[in-house]
Amino acid sequence: MEKKATRVAYGEYMAKLGETNDKLVVLDADLAGATMTQYFKKAHPDRFFDCGIAEANMVDLAAGMSTTGLIPFCSTFAVFASRCLDQIRNTVCYPKMNVKFAFTHAGITLGEDGGSHQALEDIAIMRALPNMTVFVPCDANETERCIDAAMAINGPVYIRLARLPSPIFEMDMPFIPGKVNVLREGKDEVLLCSGVMVSECMAAAELLAAQGKDVCVVNCHTIKPFDVEGVQALAKAHGHIYTVEEHNVIGGLGDAAAAALVNMDGVKLTKLGMQDVFGESGKPADLLRKYKLDAQGIADTVLGK
Amino acid sequence: MDASIRSTCTQVRRDIINMTADAGCGHPGGSLSIVEALVALYFDVMNIDPQNPKAENRDRFVLSKGHAAPALYAVLGERGFFSTEEFKQFRQLDSILQGHPDMKRCPGVDASTGSLGQGISIATGMALGAKAQGKSFNVYTMIGDGESQEGLVWEACMAAAHYKLDNLTILFDHNGLQIDGSNDEVMSLGDVSAKFAAFGLDVVEVADGNDYDQVLAALKQPHKPGMPKLIHLHTTKGKGVSFMENDAGWHGKAPNAEQREKALKELEV
Repeated sequence: MEKKATRVAYGEYMAKLGETNDKLVVLDADLAGATMTQYFKKAHPDRFFDCGIAEANMVDLAAGMSTTGLIPFCSTFAVFASRCLDQIRNTVCYPKMNVKFAFTHAGITLGEDGGSHQALEDIAIMRALPNMTVFVPCDANETERCIDAAMAINGPVYIRLARLPSPIFEMDMPFIPGKVNVLREGKDEVLLCSGVMVSECMAAAELLAAQGKDVCVVNCHTIKPFDVEGVQALAKAHGHIYTVEEHNVIGGLGDAAAAALVNMDGVKLTKLGMQDVFGESGKPADLLRKYKLDAQGIADTVLGK
Repeated sequence: MDASIRSTCTQVRRDIINMTADAGCGHPGGSLSIVEALVALYFDVMNIDPQNPKAENRDRFVLSKGHAAPALYAVLGERGFFSTEEFKQFRQLDSILQGHPDMKRCPGVDASTGSLGQGISIATGMALGAKAQGKSFNVYTMIGDGESQEGLVWEACMAAAHYKLDNLTILFDHNGLQIDGSNDEVMSLGDVSAKFAAFGLDVVEVADGNDYDQVLAALKQPHKPGMPKLIHLHTTKGKGVSFMENDAGWHGKAPNAEQREKALKELEV
């Protein structure tokens, strides 16, 4: 399987979109070489604005620019979402300004930079804001679909992107914003996942199949608005949902699912993810293994090991 | 200053007193200090049309010190953006006049503000958006002295100078007081004009920021090419109401019935 990081897909696709949409502008806070907005910068230098290492100002500049008819995308590391939260809340979400946030290097698969830089709370922050839409694409193609969806929304959107190159799915994956997407049918438990965890869950499903378990893998690319009906239907059909996310189990996909299931009888939910701890330095694969978020770890958990 | 502008300024001050007194809360002190500047902008300087508040090429104003909303509402109402009857609804349920300016509800409000430091940054973004699209409108913003303790103010100034925004005018309301006392007691601003100049702004001093003609002259002074302009307004907090002047206690406190009467007597049109 060909691999590409979702941040790279973002950078490339924005440069392409810029060719046909002259209202598109991109702002970055001195991380263009890492968030991959460098592709847009190179292709459309007049519509790229480096804001220096000043994330809060970047957000408000983007907000001001959006009032003049432009469509700004802001990029920095996801861990800095908290740093400019006041600006995202008050200046962008409160008046529902048309500003997009494509933040990269989310989760522990950021790797070696360590716990100070591994965002594990960004989804919790973003989904608590009224007017905000939250997407977590699982591969390069889905990243493009999330950007298309963001462009179609007249309001704030958060797109969570990863540093780690991840497999590009070869299967046909219809993308409907706000609807979960069943990637692998199965009669037993459900693995409800997003982002980098999707490919790990698909691999976990193969490991589980070898053990006689036939799990269903469901991609949840839209964390908000959450597909309450879709997840309730899965719970009704399968009885037990495992949420798998590269995020704190507080406030992310797992809690969104919990809220959807809270009034249902006889269904079980298990939240896999970072169990209210910070990350640390290490190779992404080693970190996933340590925190039981690689295919083997996920399979072991489902098997009760 | 002609007589009609003088009476407009006085009327705006009466509106501020009435609005805060009716609501029983709000921020009269820092509203009264910026009256001349706001009246100059909306009655003499900005290219705006109260009948078409969203006109694409209008000039923009962002009240970065959003708590001074009563001053902005009074000026917008007197200028005809909405009925002055709305003043009575200030801070009430379902009102267009929220506690802090809300661009979604109130005609003429160009940005929602209230969290300090953000308005100047939004205004900078507006000016940058104009430049990026070759649009010719100008952007004005009003910041407070206490507000300038926020780091974001300086991030915005740095960006405004970097992007050579000579379509941006920042008005700095230097009344010397904030909630907990004087600027110097709370967090000294030091030689604030020198700081703004060092950040690359063209600083214009206005010795009396409550003198209409001085303020208007500074606003009309052309930008230096490639430089954002900062107008340093030396103002009086609570200006026009003797017992409110230079008293930090009137930052966020409404006058009671007796105080309202006393204030309005001093503000005869």
